[in-house]
Amino acid sequence: MKFSILILEGPYHHEAGDSAYRFVEAALRKGHEIRGIFFYHDGVYNVTKLMEPPSDDRNIAKRWSEIGAKGIDIVVCIAAAKRRGITPEIIVPNTRISGLGQLLEMAVDSDRLVTFGD
Amino acid sequence: MSDEEKVSKIMFVNRRAPHGSIYAYEGLEVKLIMGAFDQDLSAIFMDDAVLALKKGQDTSELGVKEFSATFRVLEDYGIEKIYVVEESLKERGLSVDELVIQPEVIPISKVAELMEQQDVLLSF
Amino acid sequence: MLHTVNKSPFIFRNFESCARVAKAEDPIMLYEDGVYAAMKGTSVEGLMKEMIAKHPVFAIRADVKARGIEEKILEGVKLCDYDCFVDLVTQHKIFAWL
Repeated sequence: MKFSILILEGPYHHEAGDSAYRFVEAALRKGHEIRGIFFYHDGVYNVTKLMEPPSDDRNIAKRWSEIGAKGIDIVVCIAAAKRRGITPEIIVPNTRISGLGQLLEMAVDSDRLVTFGD
Repeated sequence: MSDEEKVSKIMFVNRRAPHGSIYAYEGLEVKLIMGAFDQDLSAIFMDDAVLALKKGQDTSELGVKEFSATFRVLEDYGIEKIYVVEESLKERGLSVDELVIQPEVIPISKVAELMEQQDVLLSF
Repeated sequence: MLHTVNKSPFIFRNFESCARVAKAEDPIMLYEDGVYAAMKGTSVEGLMKEMIAKHPVFAIRADVKARGIEEKILEGVKLCDYDCFVDLVTQHKIFAWL
């Protein structure tokens, strides 16, 4: 089955991004397709490469970059990103900034859109 | 998106109050953008989202954007079916004539059925 | 329709809203702070038991364990992992009561 994922909360601040990551991992392990992952609201902070968590903690941005390296389209909403100072220069590899139209395309192209947020 | 592509039924399920978080405002931005695409769009306002529709909001002292008037253009943006949940209004002491738009008032018992008719549910 | 709830029922009413809307037999997935709704002896135990009678109710084990409440989960709540969450999403449309 084809899933898309919408993530609405910031990293570390809220469990939403961790839950989404567990869901994506499980879906891939079970042979499903992830059509795309879209970050909105404070979710856009999840992919800044400026984050530098303590070494004994997970690096959330790096984790998403690794998911993106598998060829999964990871999109950060441009309007939400601009508002919060997230620019193409500071996002991790294998992610991109684009418009809300991408969320619509993901939703329409997928069997399910699964949302994680506050 | 080309005409051959299927039209999806997308419903915005709004449950948030307007200014305490950005959910309602950025949720409105999603509606306006998605309205530009040819999809079958609808919106429900329930729980605290009925407060986002309250007339007379004045955010000038807060220094944030006042966006309640924008809900009036949703219909022009292709979101033609707009519902508000009766119980949510009642619990908050509101009646539909206190809202900036006049959506169809539905009982909460009808919400599940409307949700089930959709291909995509977006919560803001 | 699969309904997901991720908020504590003691300070938010999401679980209550979900209970009012979900149709009989609709599965309910509790995760993050939503798992606290599945504890024994709380002020929402009555509502939770009504839910268990009408719906398959699941709670993410990792969230339950992380919160130290595995021993306090009500009978009838199925503890499950993300594989099970994914399976449920393949079987049902989903709405997140955020």
